[in-house]
This record gives sequence, C-alpha cells and structure tokens, in this order.
Amino acid sequence: MIGEDDGLDAGREAFKEEAAELLTELETSLLELEEHPTDEDLIGRVFRAMHTVKGSGAMFGFDDIAEFTHEVETAFDMVRMGKLAVTKELTNLTLRARDQIRTMIEASEGKATVDHNVSKSIIGSLQLLTRGGQAKEVQGQESGETPAKKPSKTDSADGAHSITYRIRFKPAADLFVTGTNPILLLNELRQMGSSMVIAQTDAITRLEEFNPETCATYWDIILTTTHSANAIKDVFIFVDDMCDLHVEVVDEEGEYDEGEGYMKLGEILAARGDVKIDELKKLLGKQKKVGEILVDAGIVDSGHIESALAEQQHIKEVREQRQKTADGAASIRVPSERLDKLVDLVGELVTVQARLSQTAAINGEVLLTSIAEEVERLTWELRDSTMSIRMLPIGTTFSKFKRLVRDLSNDLGKEIQMTTDGAETELDKTVIEKLNDPLVHIIRNSIDHGVERPDVREAAGKPRMGTVHLSAGHSGANVLIKIEDDGAGLDKERILKKAIDNGLVAPDAELSEKEIFGMIFAPGFSTAAKVTNVSGRGVGMDVVKKNIDALRGIVEVKSKKGAGTTITLRLPLTLAIIDGLLVKIADEVFVIPLAVVEECVELSKKDIERTHGRHVSNVRGVLIPYIRLREHFLIDAEEPEMEQIVITEVEDKKVGFVVDYVIGEHQTVIKTLGRVFKDIEGVSGATILGDGTVALIMDIPSLVRSVARHEPAIAEAVGV
Amino acid sequence: MAKVIMTVDDSASVRQMVAFTLKGAGYTVVEAVDGKDALSKLAQTQINMMITDLNMPNLDGIGLIKGVRAMPAYKFIPIVMLTTESQDSKKQEGKSAGATGWIVKPFKPDQLLAVVKKVLG
Repeated sequence: MIGEDDGLDAGREAFKEEAAELLTELETSLLELEEHPTDEDLIGRVFRAMHTVKGSGAMFGFDDIAEFTHEVETAFDMVRMGKLAVTKELTNLTLRARDQIRTMIEASEGKATVDHNVSKSIIGSLQLLTRGGQAKEVQGQESGETPAKKPSKTDSADGAHSITYRIRFKPAADLFVTGTNPILLLNELRQMGSSMVIAQTDAITRLEEFNPETCATYWDIILTTTHSANAIKDVFIFVDDMCDLHVEVVDEEGEYDEGEGYMKLGEILAARGDVKIDELKKLLGKQKKVGEILVDAGIVDSGHIESALAEQQHIKEVREQRQKTADGAASIRVPSERLDKLVDLVGELVTVQARLSQTAAINGEVLLTSIAEEVERLTWELRDSTMSIRMLPIGTTFSKFKRLVRDLSNDLGKEIQMTTDGAETELDKTVIEKLNDPLVHIIRNSIDHGVERPDVREAAGKPRMGTVHLSAGHSGANVLIKIEDDGAGLDKERILKKAIDNGLVAPDAELSEKEIFGMIFAPGFSTAAKVTNVSGRGVGMDVVKKNIDALRGIVEVKSKKGAGTTITLRLPLTLAIIDGLLVKIADEVFVIPLAVVEECVELSKKDIERTHGRHVSNVRGVLIPYIRLREHFLIDAEEPEMEQIVITEVEDKKVGFVVDYVIGEHQTVIKTLGRVFKDIEGVSGATILGDGTVALIMDIPSLVRSVARHEPAIAEAVGV
Repeated sequence: MAKVIMTVDDSASVRQMVAFTLKGAGYTVVEAVDGKDALSKLAQTQINMMITDLNMPNLDGIGLIKGVRAMPAYKFIPIVMLTTESQDSKKQEGKSAGATGWIVKPFKPDQLLAVVKKVLG
C-alpha cells in the first residue's frame, strides 16, 4: 500500500519541530496566565498546546510523551470547565511538566536522558491537585490511556462459524444532513458476508409532500457472516444516535436443529414485530398465501413481506450450503444416458399423471381426486428435482473463454481483459454444451471488431485495456447470458450500407435501430474491412443465431457507437419441459410455446369480411397479420362461427395464428420427432396429452419463415 | 478523477500525516491550518470530504462544521472530526453541528483510511 514508515519518519521530524514551538508558546502562556489566572483565552491556549502535543505525540510513536502530557491536559481541561482554579502550584507544576516534555523529546534524539522519577512526581502532584479540586472527577483518569480505535474496529477473528443476522436499519429522517450516505453503510455490511438487502419504502410520502433531503427509506438486511454482532453495530457507529438499529441472530451454526425447516413467513413477520400473532391467525382461515393475505388486509406492505421471504430464502440457502459442506463433496458420477432415461421417465409420468387428474375430474370421486392431487404434487416435485440434476454451473465454460480472450488479443496486438459474473448460474447441461460455439463466435467478434487497438482507445479517451464482460443470471424462467465489450460499438450506417449492398434490404427500407443491428446475424454478412483469420468472413454470427434459435433462445443486440456493444442471449432454463398453450383446430390439438404468446383475441366471420379476406386483424388499432393454421396444416373441416387468434411475438414482430379453440395452459413434455422428421419446418416436437393423444409443438419462428416464403403479406410484416 | 479531501488542523504534523496517508491512497489533499483558513479555501476549491480537528485557533472545528454545512454545495458532504476520547461532549456537539463521524486521536494511517472509506466510499 503506502510507505507508512516514510510518512511516519517525516511526521516525527515535523512533530519535534512543532512540539518545540508549542512548548515555547506554552511557557509564555503559562507565565501570562500566572498574572491573569482567569483569562479564558490563555487557558484555552495552554490546553490546546497540551492537547496537540499529546495527540500528535501518540500518533508518531511518542507514547511516553503522550501519556505524560495527558495528565497535564486533564488538569487544564478541568480549569477550562471551571472545576479547577489556576494556582501558583498548578502553574509551577505545569512549567516543570513542560520542561520534562522537552527533555523527553531530546531524549528521543539521544541528547539527554529522562529521569522517570521526575515524571512520576509531577504526575503525582498533579493528580493530587485534580482529585483535591474535584474528588468525583475520576473518569477522566482512564480515558485517553487506551487509544480508542472504535471506528475501524474489525473483530473478524471471533470464530470461524457463521451466524445469520436479521438487521433492520432505520435511519432518522435527517440522516443526510450529517453527510452520511446509507448506501456505503449497506455496502460495508455486504462485504462482511453473504447478504440480502431489502429496501422498505412504506414510509415514503407522496411526491408532492416528498422532501428529497430527508431519508424516508429504511432497510432490512439478512447477513450471514463470521463477524460478531458488535462488529455489525460498529458499521453504524457514526449514526448510532440517528438510527433505529436492530441486530438479531436468526441462525447460528450448530445452534439450531438443522433438520427442521426455517420459520414460516408469518412467524418471521411476527418475530420481527411487524404483525401480531392473533391478527395473523384470524386471517389464516382463507386459503391464500400468507403474504398476499397480509398485504390485502393492509397490515403490512409488500416490502416487508419481500424482506421476510428473503430471510426465509437466505437461511434456507445458508443451511443447504452448510449441509453440503458437512456432507463433504458427496457426489456420484452417473453416465448421462441414465439421466436422460430418468428425464424421459419423468416425462412419461407427467403424462400419466395428467391422465389420472383428468379421469379423477371426470369421475368426481372424492377419494380418487385426493389421490390424484397427491400424485400431481409428487410428480411436480420429482420433475423439478430431476431437472435440477441436469443443471450445471455455467462457470466451467467461462474459464475456457478466458484463455480464448488472452490468446486472441495477443494475436491481434490488443490489450483485453475478460471479467465474468454469475459463473454459478445453473443451466441444463445440453444447453451449456450447445452454447459453446455461439459464445466463441460472439467473443471473437467482440475482440476483433469491437475492442479497438490500445492507441486508438487512448486517443478516444478510454483506458488502454479493453474489457469483455461475460455475465450470466436468471430472469424468470430464462437464463440471460450477456457479452459486453467497451469497444467501438456497432456502426449503424455501415451495417445498413452493407446490408443494402448485399441485397439484404431494399435501399429505401426504413429500419429501426434494433432491426439494423439484427442484420449482423444475416448469413454472409460482415462489415469488417479486412478478412482476418479470426473473423470477418461473414460466417459466425448467423451460426450464433441458428444455434440460439435451436435452443429456443433469443438474441438481442444493444450498442452505442464509441461506447461498446452488448449481446444478450435469453435461453430457457431447460429443454425438456416447457409451458405451452394448447389449441385446437377441428380434432387436432397443437401446442404453442407460451413464452412467445402475447394474447388471444376472437375472430368472427364478420371480421374476416371487413378485411376483404386479407389475413390481417385490427387489434386495438394495430394491424396484425395472421396465419390460418387450418390452411397451413391442410385440415379439411368446417370452421366454427367464432375463431380465435393467438398472437405471438418473435423478435418484436407480431404474428397471429388462427385456431378454432384455445384450450389452455399445459406443462408440455417435449418428445423429439425422431431423425426422419428432424427437418420439418414449423414443428419442433410433440407431446403426449392427458388423454393419451399426441399434439405437435409448433416452432413459431420457423413456421413464420416458412409461411413468409409464399405469403407476401406475412413476408412484408416480418421483414423476411 | 481523484476525490479531494481537505484536512484542517492547526498541528502541522497531524496535517502532514493525514495528507501523506491520503495521498498514498490516491486522494488529492488540500490543507488548511484552521477553520477560518478552511472556509476561505473552500471558496476556491471544490472538495469531496473534510477532516477537521476540533480545537483550533481563530475558528474551531464546531464553528467550521456549521459554516460548511451552511454552504449549499457542502450540505451533504462527509465531514469527519478528529477528537480525543476525553471530549465526549465535543463529539456530541460536533455531531449536532453536522459532522458525519469522528476519528479518535491518536490514530494510525489504516484507521484513517478505514474511516475515509466508510464515509466517502
């Protein structure tokens, strides 16, 4: 860090010079004081001189001087407060003390020797004076002797076992006027261990009454750390008297029964004093989630519920983690075929269970229904845990890319570092494997086209070292993988020009930024001025798109010229089971992946007449083209009076699909169609329904593409 | 941009120690010898944080803190006061004047940096 010793040495010299001056001043002041014993200004000067000698002395290692001066300072502090009068005896003693201090300073340079007996006698006499003057005043004796280090106290060594605390930090409204930034305090807590911070906003007033200079937010923090409760309180030492701080231990290693689950939500809220137990019980009659009931009843707001839930979750994770470490690395290696087999079986089970539930519902037999419900619950649990077996942290692939970045940037003469985030994010094993190629292409592109050469970067006022940041994280049922670089960004005009040159778009086409950026995924597209061996042949990005499509994922590009590019891959958590929307055309049932479904609207014969047979529908003023699945799949049957349009959105383009009837949501176990049907357009697989019939799962993007080839209206709408 | 910290102390050795420590940690340091000097320097330089002694001639620390808080630009900056253990009442006075925190003298460079990091980030 810093050369502490140099600083101290320089400081020591400065201190000696300063002390000499101060001692001279002290002498003059004392002599004057003898003549005007009540002059407050003089008393103040004497006190200040002593105070500085003591404070600086201790700081630069003159502990003996500091200790000695402390006694004299104490006496003058009392004089200052009017508790001790300036007498001839006091000034005499102080003058002797002053001489003694000078001797001590000289002694440190080896010029003199200190007679410790003199020090003792002076201190003794001073103490006699101060005690005599104010017998009760004893607390001053001890202070100062132990240099307090409170603000930076960190007692991390209080045991390796981790404790989970529930902390509520409720600052006073006028917190900001002391220049305190509560975020820094929260950050300090975060650094102490794994934590969850939930801001409580219920005390924030309405906008017109809101005063931005007051602090109305307060925070609940769940922190698992090896630090003691005192260390946590020390974080808030400066705001001690301006906040409500509650620190409670909610979980401690070895202290609670590990086997038992953590408290229920209601219990946590009650333990925090946010709700009363009887109020809670009264409401529990209703069969809703406790949190929802409480919020509906206006007893607590959703912020508090969120906080309590976070605590529940956090403790659960901590305990699981502990369990894991306790069990050691208890894992078994299993051939992946066996796992696949298990997943298949679970899929079958899900199907059979759906049939069971359906049968039970039709029969209306109470006993059967309850068994069916039980089986349903177990099946879902079994499904979830089976799926989780296939999950792997994505971090393993991340480390591979580090090497790639290093080698490539060396080859190209660029300075690029790679940072990663969210390596622990879990994804289906197959997805991770299939992600490898697209990620390699994207990262190569970032390094080759994105990040500039060091000299170019410097000229643009950026750090020489470029950064490629790879991050992964969950977002609902999806996993987001982001590849960000701080390079030159995409050049909209060049992309557009190139696209026009290559005949990918009409010269007069008006495209949004997103559409233009989307061009880089078109086959045969490359704006690189020169083909390097890294990239620039125009193969790559279209492969990325294809691969991600195959994983039922979505690619998004964001870029700012001069600032960098971010490519986001949005992928489903698992490939084996999806949420689908069951629809019916005549007797055929199809599944549309729910992820792309926007809404369902009705389509009457009249509507069709109104548009003169053109396949568009007016949905709240927006014209949306639709595809008649009946025609596309050549289903020969009378259409009903009222049809339904399922409106889907793929890559920001809305397309409707006309079906006879929307049945509802369905947990769809995906079965592949086999090799013969692998290349069928518009269908990605099949599933078995509750009653044993087979339904095809539609692949909306490819369906749209295949229709667009012979339907100009669709082609125009989706820009293919 | 390096953050600017003003150290106000009538003791040159303390100023030197504070300045040396903070510069070593990458901060820019402005020195002032007392409250009055500090206020006049504030008119010319923009600072991000202030570390002030309490006992000073001309204008003491409490007066300085009040003066700084009265300036719109510095209403919310962190101000840390240097106190001694025996000055508990002073500490209270300083807090009500608007000090963010305190460092008890004597202190070591690491302690100083820990407090600066705590209030300035």
